Amino acid sequence: MEAILAQAVKVAEEAEVFSVTSEETQVKFEANRLKHLQTKQQTSAALRVIKQGKIGYATTTGLDNNHNLVSNAVETARFGMPARFQLPASSAYPEVEVFDDGVESVPIEEMIRLGEELVTAVTAHTPGIVCEAQVIKGVISVGIINSRGGRADYRKSFFSLGVEGSLINGTDMLFVGESDSSCHPLSDSRAVSDVVLRQLDLSKNRAAVPSKSMPVVFTPNGVASALVSPLVAAFNGKVVLEGASPVGNRLGQTVFDRKLWLQDDPTLIHRPGSRPCDDEGVPSQRTPLVEQGTVTNFLYDLQTAALAHTRSTGNGGRNRGGLPAPTPSAFTIAPGSTTFDEMIRDIKEGLVIEYLMGAEQGNVLGGEFSGNVLLGYKVESGKIVGRVKDTMVSGNVYQVLKDIAAIGSETRWVGSFLQTPHLYFPSLSVAAKG
Amino acid sequence: MPIEAVAQELAEIIKRDDADYIEAHLEESQTSHITYRGRELESIGRATATGGNVRALVRSGWGFVSFNSFDELPGRAELAVRQAQSVGSEASQLAEVEPVIDTKPAEPDSNPVSMPLAEKKQLLDEYNEIIWRTARIQTSTIGYADGYKKSIFLNSLGSHIVQERTDINLRLAAVATRDGDVQQVGLSVGSRGDFSLIQTLHQPVEQMARHAVELLSAPQVKGGEYTVVLDPVLAGVFVHEAFGHLSESDFVYENERLREIMTLGKQFGSKQLNIVDTATLPALRGSYKYDDEGVPAAKTYLIREGKLVGRLHSRETAARMGEKPTGNARAINYHYPPIVRMTNTYIEPGSISFEDMIADIKEGIYVRNWYGGTTSMEMFTFSAGEAYMIRNGKIAEPLRPVVLTGNVFTTLKNIDAIGNDLDMNQGGGCGKGEQSPLPVSNGSPHIRIRHCLVGGK
Repeated sequence: MEAILAQAVKVAEEAEVFSVTSEETQVKFEANRLKHLQTKQQTSAALRVIKQGKIGYATTTGLDNNHNLVSNAVETARFGMPARFQLPASSAYPEVEVFDDGVESVPIEEMIRLGEELVTAVTAHTPGIVCEAQVIKGVISVGIINSRGGRADYRKSFFSLGVEGSLINGTDMLFVGESDSSCHPLSDSRAVSDVVLRQLDLSKNRAAVPSKSMPVVFTPNGVASALVSPLVAAFNGKVVLEGASPVGNRLGQTVFDRKLWLQDDPTLIHRPGSRPCDDEGVPSQRTPLVEQGTVTNFLYDLQTAALAHTRSTGNGGRNRGGLPAPTPSAFTIAPGSTTFDEMIRDIKEGLVIEYLMGAEQGNVLGGEFSGNVLLGYKVESGKIVGRVKDTMVSGNVYQVLKDIAAIGSETRWVGSFLQTPHLYFPSLSVAAKG
Repeated sequence: MPIEAVAQELAEIIKRDDADYIEAHLEESQTSHITYRGRELESIGRATATGGNVRALVRSGWGFVSFNSFDELPGRAELAVRQAQSVGSEASQLAEVEPVIDTKPAEPDSNPVSMPLAEKKQLLDEYNEIIWRTARIQTSTIGYADGYKKSIFLNSLGSHIVQERTDINLRLAAVATRDGDVQQVGLSVGSRGDFSLIQTLHQPVEQMARHAVELLSAPQVKGGEYTVVLDPVLAGVFVHEAFGHLSESDFVYENERLREIMTLGKQFGSKQLNIVDTATLPALRGSYKYDDEGVPAAKTYLIREGKLVGRLHSRETAARMGEKPTGNARAINYHYPPIVRMTNTYIEPGSISFEDMIADIKEGIYVRNWYGGTTSMEMFTFSAGEAYMIRNGKIAEPLRPVVLTGNVFTTLKNIDAIGNDLDMNQGGGCGKGEQSPLPVSNGSPHIRIRHCLVGGK
């Protein structure tokens, strides 16, 4: 890394090298059986230069082709955006525990055992179901150095378990699934398989749905499948700067239901989405986005913050090897005070949504969602009576989050990106095939 | 070290007798990208990547090791074999394929990656200018990417295949806003490395921008069942999502109940319905000469005259189902093992003109263009970028974008008219599992579907 930086500063005013090395091992089960064992090693380096005030950028795998990397970055700088920011000089970083050396030493046999437990728990409960399961462990090392003396490096470990089942009867198909992740080794497969067993229990019977508006409860998985993408776009400082965010000019205003609290938090310990600094070397911070329904902040990287005359929130992220852009680390929605059972008891006729397929293919920026209930249940007179199918649920995130009937008292992680309770809405549009 | 030299070394290393089969992939690629957000160029960059993998099969268990450091190659092959040994439990099955030694250069001689960035930027500037000329446009996004890839495939049977390919993908979107209401319309195109194919989009870009503004005053459709007419782009997405994924045998081969559903000879649609997947067509993004298992590309009828007649295979799924390999095992890059994927998938044209197709529709919806689509095998959803009411046989007022959904099996049967105007859409990328986006194309003539469920108010 130092060698790349040294070469780059000979031909550019400023330079920054970002490198990631990762090694992960995956154990995969297909059709209820162990089928694949995979090990993946990868190293990549990204060079950002500022030459004649403009940003140039190039990436490569490995660390041995420095010359090409530098010349590619310099070539693109001719056309690049004018740099409005300064690379961070040396900073103090918060202690964020994201590494456990126990992950690396988890034996393959233990990973296979966990996968077998997941598959066995589900197939023993529901004969005929076909499961895929995976158990993944890995370690990532991140290093950042820049020409202003900034320097950051950290290691992160991750471990995840997941199982998906498909149950076919005639041409009727039921899909269930759950996963869990941590920076520690996970050893409790039950916590994951129990969720799947409950999905199977609730799906045993089929229930009819009329086409009309009705109350809907989104489970944490359901929230992730339908409601989060619009918010990720809307709180992106870049989208705000362009004037394309529906909440962009509403800072300080109450836009959502007063029960809603949303924040981005990369400092939560042992979470795979956490880190001590962002991908530009800016220290991590907790950023409240919605407090009591009021819009309080947006997420920024260095360049976007400079253009918007504000400070980076430490959200410079590099997706797929691109230039840093405002990127949330982990969205968390604060719990409320209503249990899931209380929500169900409150509903005369309504739905519970575990997964809304295709919800995020519409006008995400405008907050519109519309999707097929791939996994969801009908509620009648305070009880879940069975699974629904051939049903579409539609709405607009900004309208539905204005009027939340209740927020769940317990939160759950969905992947490494979202922590949310159940959300209960008084009325959503439902269209069912008659 | 050039990958050719690494290949020489690896070819010897994978000649081992402690695995049923071993293959290796090596890859070097160059890409460039330019993105705009709003009036400003947002990002411009170049990337190079080099890497490889070794995949081993022992008693039907697979071991896979990927790397981008070429040190210790024997140790990596050893690890792949050991992994496979600890997984496998029954006899391996792979469909027989002749070993191949061949070299396939990139199709257009010009490599888009090495074109001057200034030339690419100038074209994108022109398109962005067109979008911004439109009144009430709030912002725009443009994403351009091109790539060149050389890959080498080796296996323990002695195959040695060198293939080069180039690829271009361009996505544009215009965003219009009014009083907190945000509407966007996108355009997505691609080519097999031929830059001239994306140089003539001035008119479609202008229409895209105007349509985004138009949507601000468009109503949202009332949810429910409609007769729906799909344009070739969206019908192509439909055939990919609704039927193509179901034809991928890796979902089917070990799932008894799914095998029953997908019994060859079963009637899935009307007699006029023919669905094809083929990587053999020239100049399409899903095309290649050999797949990532070294199997030659083929033309596979999935549905002929409404009946299920074929499906897509890797060597393993073909052997397990007692069918012929079709050359559909693909990986997005060396970081992943090949899995069964589509290539260029389309509905063959029928004989009805678009005008005749809508003539007897009293109230229906005409949907064009796409935002995206996804499937659960039984259920699919896909979203239309543009939608219009059809009233009394005529295209009427524009609607806000709609999401269509349905059950694959009933919807295929509900296709009651197939147009005469096949067109292939090159703008798509397909995702499956963790591997996305894979270059594919899909296409269709206009088609009409009865009783299609549309989400709305």
